[in-house]
Amino acid sequence: MTSKVVVVGAGVVGAACAFHAASAGMDVTVVDRGPVGAGTTSRGEGNILLSDKEPGPELDLARLSRTLWDEAGEELGPDSFELESKGGLVVASSPEGLAALREFAARQEAAGVRTEPVDRVRDLEPHLAPGIPGGVHYPQDAQVQPVLAAAALLRAAVRRGARFRTGEVTGEVTGAVTGRDGRITGVRTASGDVLPADAVVNAAGTWGGEVGRRLGAPVEVLPRRGFVLVTEPLPPMVRHKVYSADYVANVASSDAGLETSCVVEGTRGGTILIGASRERVGFDRAMNTAVVARLAAQACALFPFLRGVHLIRAYRGFRPYCPDHLPVVGPDPRVPGVVHACGHEGAGIGLAPATGALVTAHLLGRPWRGADPAAHTALLPDRFLTLGGAPE
Amino acid sequence: MSEPADLVVVGAGPAGAAAAVTALAGGLRVALVDSGTAVGGQYWRHPPEHARAAIPTEDLHHGLREYRALCAALEEGRAAGRLDLRTAHHVWSAVREDGGFAVHAVDRREAPRETAVVLRAPGLLVATGAHDRQLPFPGWDLPGVLTVGGLQALLKGGGVAAGSRVALGGTGPFLLPVAAGLAARGVEVVAVCEAADPRAWLRHPGALLRNPGKWAEGAGYAAALVRHRVRVRPRTAIVAAEGDDRVTSVRIASLAPDGSPRPGTERRVEVDAVGVGWGFAPQLDLFLPLGCELADSADGNAVVAVDAGQRTTVPGLYAAGEACGVGGAALAAAEGRLAGESVLADSGAAPAPGRRRTARTARTAAVRAAVDRQRAFARAMGLAHPIPPAWSSWLTDDTVVCRCEEVTAGAVRAACADGGAHDHRQVKQLTRAGMGWCQGRMCGPAVHCLVARERAYVPAERLVATPVTLGALADLDEQPPEPADHSEDRQ
Repeated sequence: MTSKVVVVGAGVVGAACAFHAASAGMDVTVVDRGPVGAGTTSRGEGNILLSDKEPGPELDLARLSRTLWDEAGEELGPDSFELESKGGLVVASSPEGLAALREFAARQEAAGVRTEPVDRVRDLEPHLAPGIPGGVHYPQDAQVQPVLAAAALLRAAVRRGARFRTGEVTGEVTGAVTGRDGRITGVRTASGDVLPADAVVNAAGTWGGEVGRRLGAPVEVLPRRGFVLVTEPLPPMVRHKVYSADYVANVASSDAGLETSCVVEGTRGGTILIGASRERVGFDRAMNTAVVARLAAQACALFPFLRGVHLIRAYRGFRPYCPDHLPVVGPDPRVPGVVHACGHEGAGIGLAPATGALVTAHLLGRPWRGADPAAHTALLPDRFLTLGGAPE
Repeated sequence: MSEPADLVVVGAGPAGAAAAVTALAGGLRVALVDSGTAVGGQYWRHPPEHARAAIPTEDLHHGLREYRALCAALEEGRAAGRLDLRTAHHVWSAVREDGGFAVHAVDRREAPRETAVVLRAPGLLVATGAHDRQLPFPGWDLPGVLTVGGLQALLKGGGVAAGSRVALGGTGPFLLPVAAGLAARGVEVVAVCEAADPRAWLRHPGALLRNPGKWAEGAGYAAALVRHRVRVRPRTAIVAAEGDDRVTSVRIASLAPDGSPRPGTERRVEVDAVGVGWGFAPQLDLFLPLGCELADSADGNAVVAVDAGQRTTVPGLYAAGEACGVGGAALAAAEGRLAGESVLADSGAAPAPGRRRTARTARTAAVRAAVDRQRAFARAMGLAHPIPPAWSSWLTDDTVVCRCEEVTAGAVRAACADGGAHDHRQVKQLTRAGMGWCQGRMCGPAVHCLVARERAYVPAERLVATPVTLGALADLDEQPPEPADHSEDRQ
């Protein structure tokens, strides 16, 4: 009998889960209150980064995901979601910073990341400020237009038989239905009907904590606010994803306060994106002009020509983060049938295909498209359950 | 002005100017900010100061007596050191701060140089008006096709007629003063195509009877148009503009009740300029990020919800003019006065010398009655001049809808059919419509009408209300941001 899978969330992670599960022959239904990619997916820059990850479980997932993005590009057409292997350039602002960056890059290289030390950064980015002592080029870093990517993956899943239920009533999951053995047998939606399911994938991103709670399998996923700036369209001026080495420290930080270390990159539309701040302020949607000013100042320090360029838009989103800054991917032992796939913080776009493959592997009980559950045990939800029990 | 303001007013058109004058009269200190180089907004737009004597525009205006009175009162406030008038200042964000508001602007008096400016006050009144609502049609992106508001701005701001043979189209009473103004400058107005059926007004007799002034104004335009042999053609529309490098002709058709062109009625008219306008879209950019509740106005737009005293649902934030519903300059000025009175009442300001509190109450009641009466008229106007339901049937798949990003009607339709998009934000994500220079200010209402016309149009939230250079923002970053609260995350 075909396994029935309900994926909660039509962001890029949910779409990737649906894509892989449907490719594996499962009977997939994706549910979401909103349309495809309308949450955090639409709020990022579309980063597919290896450069910002230190060796460990997240980098392992990112390396697999990088390969799977290329495969998705071949399958769906790279232009359909603006997949661009532009490469990343991380620059240091001081000789000490450069030494630390090079040491970090050497460890990444040992973990399988391609890195190229660069002494004359302006050979790669002619408009960078003078006086930058050097950097590291990461040729594998890439970019997609995230909403188009989520839409393309979901469309491909639908072509393979998946269904998509969207709408504030029909797409909202309110609870789980479980059998006598405690195993999940379906989910209830706000319209009152029950979708039968052998497995439910929690791919609700920043809202994954709430969805987990409704399924009886809470996980600690919290919002971390970020602002992204968008400039007027320009001729190509910035070729890579360019960021300062401070960014790596901020990504891994747990500091509650504001952190900004800008990432500057061009897009196919000609705009330049400047990201991204990190603040833990709950779901506070208020504009923070100080953050916008700080990002602008940092971007202008990297690329002085930006001083005369207009900002035409700013947007903010809420990254889903877990306390240990690792995503939670895998079956929840408390409610058999519930599989989590959330908490990717700012890396959800990059990690989506591998997450989808890993979820599918968990559902199949065997490796799928290079994703082997035995190789990614550090991402299992068990780590929260043993460290102080399930959060309320 | 050295002391901090009690109130920041954004927008110095009829609403904002009237509000500022009222607040000044009550003894408050006011900062009045406008992107234009002079007070008056779009309605009382004038040539630059140095050219006013050379370019006569008096005959194009209404209510100049009120305009001059407002200007004089503002000048008085400035002389008394209680008005901080900031012209050529473009506001890009307004945020809550310490129980009040911080209004972030860039000073462009010496453009292209721009300098970041922050104005702070316990109260904020936003009166940012509206802009022409545009609906695309084949050829609308040709040079020579303008908005009716654009034609009017050229006339009032520089005495410039955009063409010598002009066709106007769209819907709403605003077509009439523009036609009359062009005709008065010697322009041959070859057609005024009003899509609505004038009989629709008869469904709202109360609104008409209560507003005789509007009748008189309309009759004045009608007489002027007769004098210049300009005919207004009801139930017709400009359904296409044609030309190679610029517009040389338009196609005009009679409309069936649903707005679709009646077969066989189409004819071609030669022109060298075109003006179109389908009413107005309120400028809500500063309101949405502050979290104001919205209301549905009768004309297809969402507007800022206000109480009987023009208070929004955000404490300390007031709104006046077109942002609360498009209704014209007289209503806007009345709302401005009403909002100003509310600011005074809420701030506990003592009545101005020689005025008693009861006098203020009586005055407020009179202004409120005027607002109610004109609001009813505006509502009837919105209902009588809707966007034709079948407007989109004029579009071909290759008609450009978003000019900044060159997104066609076909692409928008595909995003709905294949992509499952059911609002303009989702269309933007899938097609880039609305992602360019204007950020959907032009195409937003049209995309909305293509996707979800049964709902009122709520513009996309724009955290940056006007383009601003990164350099000006970087200069704002002199001090480190306020320390975050490390004790406990606010979840």
